[in-house]
Formats: sequence, C-alpha cells, structure tokens
Amino acid sequence: MLEVGLSHYLSVAAVLFTLGIFGIFLNRKNVIVILMSVELMLLAVNINLIAFSAHLNDLTGQIFALFVLTVAAAEAAIGLAIIVTYFRNKGSIAVDDIHAMKG
Amino acid sequence: MPPTTAAIIGSYNPILPEVILVGGALLLLMIGAFIKQKNAIFMSFATFAILVLAAVPLYMQGDLAGTMFSGSFIIDPFARLMKIVTLISAAIAVFMAYDYMSKANLWKYEFAVLILLATAGMMMMISANDLIALYLGIELQSLALYVIAAFNRNSVRSSEAGLKYFVLGALSSGMLLYGMSLIYGFTGSTGFAQIAISIKTSGATIGIIFGLVFLLVGLVFKISAVPFHMWTPDVYEGSPTPVTTFFAAAPKIAAMAMIVRVLYGAFSGITPQWQQIIVIVSIASMVLGAFAAIGQTNIKRLMAYSSIGHMGFALVGLASGSETGVRAVVIYMVIYAIMTLGTFACILAMRREEGTVENISDLAGLAKNDLTMAFLLAMLMFSLAGIPPLAGFFAKFYVLLAAIEAKLVPLAIIGVLASVVGAFYYLRIVKVMFFDEPTENFVPMHGSLRLVLIGSGLFVLGYVVYPTPLVTAAGVAAKSLFK
Repeated sequence: MLEVGLSHYLSVAAVLFTLGIFGIFLNRKNVIVILMSVELMLLAVNINLIAFSAHLNDLTGQIFALFVLTVAAAEAAIGLAIIVTYFRNKGSIAVDDIHAMKG
Repeated sequence: MPPTTAAIIGSYNPILPEVILVGGALLLLMIGAFIKQKNAIFMSFATFAILVLAAVPLYMQGDLAGTMFSGSFIIDPFARLMKIVTLISAAIAVFMAYDYMSKANLWKYEFAVLILLATAGMMMMISANDLIALYLGIELQSLALYVIAAFNRNSVRSSEAGLKYFVLGALSSGMLLYGMSLIYGFTGSTGFAQIAISIKTSGATIGIIFGLVFLLVGLVFKISAVPFHMWTPDVYEGSPTPVTTFFAAAPKIAAMAMIVRVLYGAFSGITPQWQQIIVIVSIASMVLGAFAAIGQTNIKRLMAYSSIGHMGFALVGLASGSETGVRAVVIYMVIYAIMTLGTFACILAMRREEGTVENISDLAGLAKNDLTMAFLLAMLMFSLAGIPPLAGFFAKFYVLLAAIEAKLVPLAIIGVLASVVGAFYYLRIVKVMFFDEPTENFVPMHGSLRLVLIGSGLFVLGYVVYPTPLVTAAGVAAKSLFK
C-alpha cells in the first residue's frame, strides 16, 4: 500500500504551480484566464505550506496559508476592478488586444 | 520630545510611523467619504503632512534598535534611514502631484489614501524580519500601486498600465510565495533570524537554494531589474506622470532595502550562492538599461530604462557582499531618488497651452525659453550619466569601489562600460535642449515643481562640497546590518 507522504504533496503543488505559470504565458485568449492561473499558483503554494506545516509539526505554515488566502481574495478583487476599467475603455479583454504601448 | 509623551507612546514607539500612516489614510478616507465639498488643496496638503509627520518619530528614535511582534518587525539604523528616505520621496511626489492632477481633472481623494497605504506597505517591507510580514508588506504596497497605475480610468493607456502591472505583479508574488514556502519547509521557520541559524547548520541544501531563487525572482521584480523588468517601461509610460514620479523613487528604495535585509539578514550564511544571481541580474540590468534607452522617444519611457540601469548599478554594491557594499547601496539609492525626483519635476513641467507633452523632441531649444530649467535638467542628466563632480558620479564611484574591493573586477568593468553607453542618451537630452531649434514655449513651471527642481539641482551640484552627512548616515546604517 502506497503511503502518501510529503514528497507527494510537494509534487502535486509543483505541478499545479507550473500549470499556473503556463496558464499565464500560453494563454492568448482572455485576461480572466490569467486571473484564474494566478489563483492556481497561490493555491499550489498553500498546498506546499500546509504539507510542510504538517510535516514539521509547526503551526506557522497554516497561519501563513490563511494570510495567503486573504491576500489572494483582495488581489482578485483589485484585478477584476482593473479588468473592468480596461474593458470600459477598450471594449475587449482579449490578451492579444493589449498593445497600446510597445518597445 | 518631553519624557511624558515618550512614556505614553511607550513600547509602541517603533511602529509609530506606520500607525501614523495607516491612521492618516483611514482619516482621509473618512473625510473623503463623508464630506461632500472636498477641498483638493487641503487633501493634498494633509497627505503631505501625514507623510512628513510619520518621519518625525523615526527621527526622534535616536539609535533605538530591536524587534517587535515576536521578532517579525525590526527597527535599526538601516531601517530608519531607508524609511526616512522613502517617506520624504513619497512626500515630494505628493507635493508635485497636486498641480498636474488638478489641471488634468484627476485629483480624487482616493489618490491620497492609496499613496498613504502604499507607503505604509513600504515601511512594512523595510522593517520586515519574517517571511509573513515581508509578504504582507509587499502586497499592501503592490495592491495600492496597481490601482494608482490605472488611476486615470478614462485613458486606455493608464488602464493598460494598471492591467499589465497587475498581471506581472501577481505572477511575481506567486513566485515569491513559492520560494517562501520552500524556505519555510527546508529551514522550519519563517523568521529571518531562525532561518539564518538554520542555514548556518545545514549549509546550502538544494531545497533552500531552490527557494532562494524563487524568492529572489519576486524581490527583484519589485526593483525592476532585468530579466523581470518587462512591466517597467509600459507602467512608466501609461500611468499619469505624478504616479510615475511616485513609482520611480519611493517603492524602489523600499524594495532595495528589503532585498538587502533578506540577503544579509536571513541568507548571510550562503553569500556565494546568492552573489552569483545578483551579479548576473546586475550585469543584465546595466547593459539593457544602457542599450534599450537609446532608441526611446518618450521621456517617461526613457526614464524607465534609466531606472532599470540604475538598479543594476545599485545591485553591484549589493553583490559585493560587504559592509562597504551595503553603504554604497544606501548612498546610491538616496542619490538616485533625489536625481529622479528632480528630473520628474521637469517632466511634470512639460506642458503647453493645449496640454502636457512627453516626447524628448518637445524639449528642443528649452535653453532659449527657460534657461534655469534647462541648466538644472542638464546638470541632472550629467549626474544620472555619472559625470564628475556631480552626485551621480559619487554614487557610481562607491558601488564600483565596493565591487573592486570584493574582487568583482569584471563586474566593475562592465559597469563602467555600461555607464559610458548610457551617457549617450542622457547627453542627447542636453543636446536637444541647448542646440536644437526652439519649439513652442512651455507654460511657466508651477512653483512646487520649481522648488523641487532647484533643491534637487543644488544637491547634485553641492554633494561634492559636503558629502559627510549622507556618507556618515549610510555608514551607520550599513554597520547595523553587520553585528
């Protein structure tokens, strides 16, 4: 019987984190998808923190994870607000359309 | 301060500046929300006053040093000097903002609140002595900055600047957090002191180095060093100019102080490992800052590349890993902030009857129209280029000297070469002002801008005569990190 240990949790978190990063860079469609990818990255970090916290038998990691969740919520709110302003000006939130400034 | 007041303030004395900033922000928010007739001059002055007021207790603290909140908040001469410089830079940026923001019909009370909250975040970053405190400080600063980058919400460019800053900033804080989680996991603690102890016993294990690299990505993003500089030109260009002014000085100082604290406070046990990273980032920033700026026509964009290059130079001092290196970084950041604020005073003053302009070609023949402004801007450009005997030369001199002392001669040589290349675009601005055919005059400079420009110009010219106060203060600050 396979026992689920620290390395399994870390692997899952690493995979999720990488998916999040790729989601930001490979996505050419919609800024909302970027926002989701950012959330995925932060949740991967939370898995890491909780796994380490359980492994080390130390509460700090769980407290850190709670802070990360709180900040992620604030970040999502601000991100959506900025996306709304941008949409009002430009009428689109397609990633390919964001090119008023270059160089 | 009379002893009775000190007794009341008591044990909370070290965080008094932060309390003043956050309290001031909440007060202005209440005034903004409940008072219908909002007086923009009053709000602007109040913001300025709160920022200056927050610097007073710092100044009063004398040589106080210690930690609070179970070691997650540290105050020492280094933190104190960087905080004072950050507060003053923010105050000057607010001082210069009013004229532009009211003429552009952009002045809203939220601007004041956001500036104060961002500055409170910067204070937290400088004083953070724990990964959680560091993360919260960074986010408090960044979330406020994302919003003020998009402050002109009717402009496509401003909202695009905010959007780009947000997306890349969120990516970088994800990386930062991933690094933090690994460091926590492999050292068993989030406090810098405990991390340092743990690293001393374990040495450079793969997990710690992995975490350090991710952490550095997030930190280096905040000072816009290559290869994490992509946001800088767009954000500088797209944001309203007073916001760019604010971005160019205060957050950079705070972020540099934070990097110094993390590397010397928590990771001093594995200096050779992070030194390699900093050397590469520094070389890339200096070179890109010098070359990419050459083709620019927009002066705000040019200043973005200029700031990338300057951060590269400051990192040279950091890479040397010594007390002289940290002293050089502190001096560099102070001189950089003063030069940048002076230059932005000129950029804010680039205004014709029909509105503001921001191309380098608009400065043509400025010497014939406004000789004082042209002369002082030329001096600032010479100083940014690092031409002796101006302040900018000494800033570069100290960091390069520290690099040579640390046997990083190739780094110093690349630095000198990059500054020669960089001199080209600074001198081009001088050439445009003094030798090109005059174009239409600018409207006369607002008094606040002229005051900042003259102050900055005098500092740049006079530093060579009286450098002692800054060098002494920076020396004391650097010493406090090496106990």
